[in-house]
Amino acid sequence: MTDHAIAAGANGGEMQGATHLVPLRVYFTIFAVLMALTAITVTVSYFDLGPFNTVVAIVIAVTKMMLVVLYFMHVRYSSRLTWAVVAGGFFWLALLLFMTLADYITRGPGWLRYG
Amino acid sequence: MSGAHAAQHPKLQHHFDNLEQQFEASALGMWLFLVTEILFFGGLFTAYMIYRLSYPEAFAEASHELDIVLGGVNTAVLIGSSLTMAMAVWSAQLGRRSGQMLFLALTIVLGLVFLGIKAVEYGHKFEHGLVPGPNFRFEGRDPLHSQLFFSLYFVMTGLHAVHMIVGIGIMAVLFAMAYRGRFTKAYHTPVEVSGLYWHFVDIVWIFLFPLLYLIDRHGPVVH
Repeated sequence: MTDHAIAAGANGGEMQGATHLVPLRVYFTIFAVLMALTAITVTVSYFDLGPFNTVVAIVIAVTKMMLVVLYFMHVRYSSRLTWAVVAGGFFWLALLLFMTLADYITRGPGWLRYG
Repeated sequence: MSGAHAAQHPKLQHHFDNLEQQFEASALGMWLFLVTEILFFGGLFTAYMIYRLSYPEAFAEASHELDIVLGGVNTAVLIGSSLTMAMAVWSAQLGRRSGQMLFLALTIVLGLVFLGIKAVEYGHKFEHGLVPGPNFRFEGRDPLHSQLFFSLYFVMTGLHAVHMIVGIGIMAVLFAMAYRGRFTKAYHTPVEVSGLYWHFVDIVWIFLFPLLYLIDRHGPVVH
């Protein structure tokens, strides 16, 4: 159905269209930010923020994950379909965590203690 | 040669319109697999979440047995390996064979460094009786539930290490293919798709490190 000659000619010697060539300095910047966030997360863990220690650690980890997913894994430059699949995966995980937590929290008082 | 297939790239399979679409399909396939990996590790993270919330002091005490320096270094090593992996993909996109080989080799080396450090950590735990089972001995306030922490520690980091070993194996195969000049500007799908897998394994560690190594490091757990 498709004219293979034209399609192949357009792609034959060229880069694969879907794979954006990300400039090296973007990769180096992301790397530096990831290292900085790692140093921050270790440093912050030595300060007593009560229950917020965990919140901060998770927020930093999620930020690092987003940077890896968007830039190293090229999702920033990918199709909507890819975005949807990636988002779907994390949405499923959020459901698992949330619903399991909802089960425990609603088992009556005293389960969750702020240690 | 004649006809419409004269200029067709040898790697283009007949059921795809063009290489771009073919690559997109491959990447999507890998992403679907990674979503199943999210399911796989997700179950363990859920178990961790519930038991840590149930026994916060036991988990904090147990966490202090982990070496924060080794864990931190390993985190840096994996982040570095993601950088070298991204650069391997970049080299493949430009059809640069030497770059592909260099960065794949560096990725492998960093992966092996990670596993080496993990082996040192595991050895330390074996020596100090921190492996759950009949020989478990832990001088904490709640050794029973601290043992739960160590169970999760070994299973989660162990499963992660298995993924690292598989990843290193894949990189070795890619290195051999790159050496033979199999990856060009037009076709380097295996490198990109393996990169996705490698970055995912890095992301798992990005969560494992703070959750396992950094519980209540700010002083003695006093209640």
